[in-house]
Amino acid sequence: MRNDRVVSRPLVALATLFLAACVNERVVLLPAPDGRPTAIVVRDARGEQVLDQPFAGVERRGSELKPHKSSAAEVEAMFGAALAAKPVRARSFVVYFDGGAEALTAESVAELARIKREIAERPASEVMVIGHTDSVGGQDANDKLSLKRAATVREILVAAGVPPQKIETAGRGEREPLVQSGDEVAEPKNRRVEISVR
Amino acid sequence: MRHCQLLAAVALAGSCFSAPAFAGETAGMVKTCKGIVGIERAGQRIVAAVGMLVMVADRVRTGADGSVGITLRDNTLLSAGPNSVFAVDKFAFDSTTNGGAISVGMKKGTLAVSTGKIAKEKPESVDFRTPTSVIGVRGTEFVIEAEATDEE
Repeated sequence: MRNDRVVSRPLVALATLFLAACVNERVVLLPAPDGRPTAIVVRDARGEQVLDQPFAGVERRGSELKPHKSSAAEVEAMFGAALAAKPVRARSFVVYFDGGAEALTAESVAELARIKREIAERPASEVMVIGHTDSVGGQDANDKLSLKRAATVREILVAAGVPPQKIETAGRGEREPLVQSGDEVAEPKNRRVEISVR
Repeated sequence: MRHCQLLAAVALAGSCFSAPAFAGETAGMVKTCKGIVGIERAGQRIVAAVGMLVMVADRVRTGADGSVGITLRDNTLLSAGPNSVFAVDKFAFDSTTNGGAISVGMKKGTLAVSTGKIAKEKPESVDFRTPTSVIGVRGTEFVIEAEATDEE
């Protein structure tokens, strides 16, 4: 298996170099990390092409944009350096409050240690603290409430030693429920604060 | 990753780094950096390093051995391989609605993209431009290679 790879890699690279000599643009759709359907559209003066399968691509030679079926090996050969430089994807943590109080639940307090570690371990980490509400109340009121919850969690993080300049707050109100519900439904799981570390 | 930071630190130590006078809209931050990577901002050239902010209209340029990874404020990931030139020409993000707009201009080289919150909320307001094509987003991950044109 290992030998196969060693032998086939240079062949693929050679083939693509040869091909690359007259290609002046290339776009390849990669598989979505969560395996969901994905697509991009490539437009130019002549029209548009939809790429909706993993490794579907287009190649331009002069004014002509032609479909090209790429592969994981070809993408690695041509885009390996760019892909290797990709930053670590943002990671989200969710914390909850005890009832209406401004104190976190015991579980969420335990989560704080993991959040702090994530912030400390990432190079040049930044934190977006995002408040969410359930659907009880109007949108404006929930926007304000969610922002207030985010500000509370920001204070908790700062008190726990996270540098304040790393933290930004946002209030998404009732726009992004964790559990779908109708309007005016009290849902504790939706009254939460998300800590997105990037 | 550690290695990257070390290289960036060495590159920075050798340069006379000063804060730029031009203050544009913040688009993102440099998260990975290897080899020679420069940011051109308002006529000045800055040596890029991990932790540096990337502003709208900054031109990011990687050397023959360089690569760079940037996370935009909406969690979009952009990373470029060697001999690449690109700029975040447009970036606006509303963290309440997740609305906004992104336009990335790719002059030459290779670029890998993982789209973020804006593309999820409003895919039609996110695009990537090469000298000859416009790539619109309906999904999440893709790569682009563009050859240099005269106007670089």
